[in-house]
Amino acid sequence: MSNQIIQGILLGGYYALIACGLSFMFSVMRIINLAHGSLAVFAAYALWLLASRFHVSPFLGLLIVLPLMAIIGWALQRFLLERSARGGALLPILTTFGLAIVIDNMLFEQFGADTRSLAPYIGSLSYDSWEWPGSIYVGKLAVIMFATAVVLLGGLQLFLTRTRLGRSIRATSEDPDTAGLVGVDARRANAIAASIAMVTVGLAGAFLGMRATFDPYAGAPQLLFAFEAAVIGGAGSLWGTLVGGIVLALAQTLGAQVHPQGFLIGGHAVFLIVLFVRLSTSGLGLRGLLRLPSRSAS
Amino acid sequence: MSAVSSSPVIERGTATSRIAAVAVVIIIALLAVAPQILSAGAVDRMTALFIYVILAAMWNALAGFGGLVSVGQQVFFGLGAYFAIRLAGAGLNPFASLFVSASIVGAISWPLSLFMLRLRNGEFAIGMWVIAALTHLLVNLDRLVQGETGTSLISLNVYDASTRRAVIYWLALASMTALLAILFALLRGSTGAAIRAIRDNEDAAASVGVRVTGTKRLLFVLAAFGIGIAGALWLATSITFQPKTYFNVQWTAYMIFMVLVGGIGTFEGAILGALVFFLIETWFGGTGVWYLVGLGATAVLFSLFLPRGLWGTIEEHSGLRLLPVGYRVRLPADIADGGTAPSPLQTTQHQEKA
Repeated sequence: MSNQIIQGILLGGYYALIACGLSFMFSVMRIINLAHGSLAVFAAYALWLLASRFHVSPFLGLLIVLPLMAIIGWALQRFLLERSARGGALLPILTTFGLAIVIDNMLFEQFGADTRSLAPYIGSLSYDSWEWPGSIYVGKLAVIMFATAVVLLGGLQLFLTRTRLGRSIRATSEDPDTAGLVGVDARRANAIAASIAMVTVGLAGAFLGMRATFDPYAGAPQLLFAFEAAVIGGAGSLWGTLVGGIVLALAQTLGAQVHPQGFLIGGHAVFLIVLFVRLSTSGLGLRGLLRLPSRSAS
Repeated sequence: MSAVSSSPVIERGTATSRIAAVAVVIIIALLAVAPQILSAGAVDRMTALFIYVILAAMWNALAGFGGLVSVGQQVFFGLGAYFAIRLAGAGLNPFASLFVSASIVGAISWPLSLFMLRLRNGEFAIGMWVIAALTHLLVNLDRLVQGETGTSLISLNVYDASTRRAVIYWLALASMTALLAILFALLRGSTGAAIRAIRDNEDAAASVGVRVTGTKRLLFVLAAFGIGIAGALWLATSITFQPKTYFNVQWTAYMIFMVLVGGIGTFEGAILGALVFFLIETWFGGTGVWYLVGLGATAVLFSLFLPRGLWGTIEEHSGLRLLPVGYRVRLPADIADGGTAPSPLQTTQHQEKA
């Protein structure tokens, strides 16, 4: 059992990775990007293409894909989100949902229905494991994934609190107009935030491809995982996302123990339970489940 | 300028809208007798069109009027079909089970609304998606459904094919007409004023005493019920029930497409959007993936460049209103104009806040 708990915690690292971009973008721009999961799958396909056609190792491929994702994030903000956000809070949901449909079906058109994986291109890493005391085997990849999540979350936290750019992003998220008065370029801050979010999405996509298989329509479940982890952990700091990811993964692990099809049910159920508890304890007018990471820091 | 014309006139129905009302009655009457002359394939297609109109109108009621964008409405579509299968399996007449099923879906949506309506915007949107995903998984656990293999509405087979086709057609037409009438009555009545107030500014509406949550709940339950009927009718036309098909997010994608293209928040827009979608599907549905890419791209373009949709834009430019659910104020200048085409400035003046 303790073996499964450790595996669950490590899987939580993946959920934290995919969730942190979603909650980061929401906290800065107040937009939930429904194309989030599809973009992660897009990054996984980009790495797969590099590996299978050009024999570029997925880790080296990240050097190409992550800057590409940053550019996509910038373009996404400038050409889609900025414009649709002017039409109110509901329009970006529709815009990004439309984008998700376009991405999913373009991937299907390009790569077909076959499931792919990056595992064949990372050598023995996909199955190598370390033996821990108590004859517990932990996969090297799972540990790397978890460590990446911790480093990424810590890095983002430091970036937001310690750097000038990070502070200007936080200022924009608090109040774009006032931030503008003190010389912060809100458009630039938002575009940079979107780029950063997409880089984390690229990383999440890479790990999605390495640890499991993916197909063109794998984006939707990734979006749901990201959303669930972000909401469960939405206690106010980026570290909450890690906790949320771990809780989600543990619930899925437990669900799988109870019933062969219980993996996903367990995850969704814990999400709804957390939601229910939070809604019934917070009183009326819950303003946002995904609260600002910067609120607590500022 | 006389004393009469110097005070603004508040109007509801116009000459055009009265003609439109007569036209609606004639169209429905013609549609009711249509199965006598249409081919079997055409009757099936028309049934699909009625179901699309229901889906668009219900999603529009929720998003366009209630301000609740849901990406999980497929949950009600799937449940409508699932309960119909279950009820028919328990021995209920298959046609009756379609409507009992939808009533159950509506009843379930009420407790769900207590919970979900406290989420905001994007959280509500994806929260509903999670509900749909979870419900799909739970329905898969039902032995009768046999996981993704699915099952069929076998009891419909006692009717011969042509009777079945015609009855389903009439049921779909009647359901569509009834749901549109309910929505129309709701929007024209005192609830309609509350609904529009909420859509325009929720906080302001609450501050002047509009029962925001109650009104939203009404729309949520109506949408669930309507989409439940649509799901049950779809099951009746296609007979087979595969959870994957019915709980597919694609249904919500279609709803969003229809409403965005037709005109979100306008009563006529949803119907127009369903017609456009129906035509696009008829012409391009065979192109498979590119058709879906096109739908998604069109939705993105409309949300960016024409967020009011086709009908909203027509309304804005011509002041045309076929099925008026709101009021509009005509300023004296317009009346003095004597019905000439309003200039852009005047259009904004007597633009209906609806």
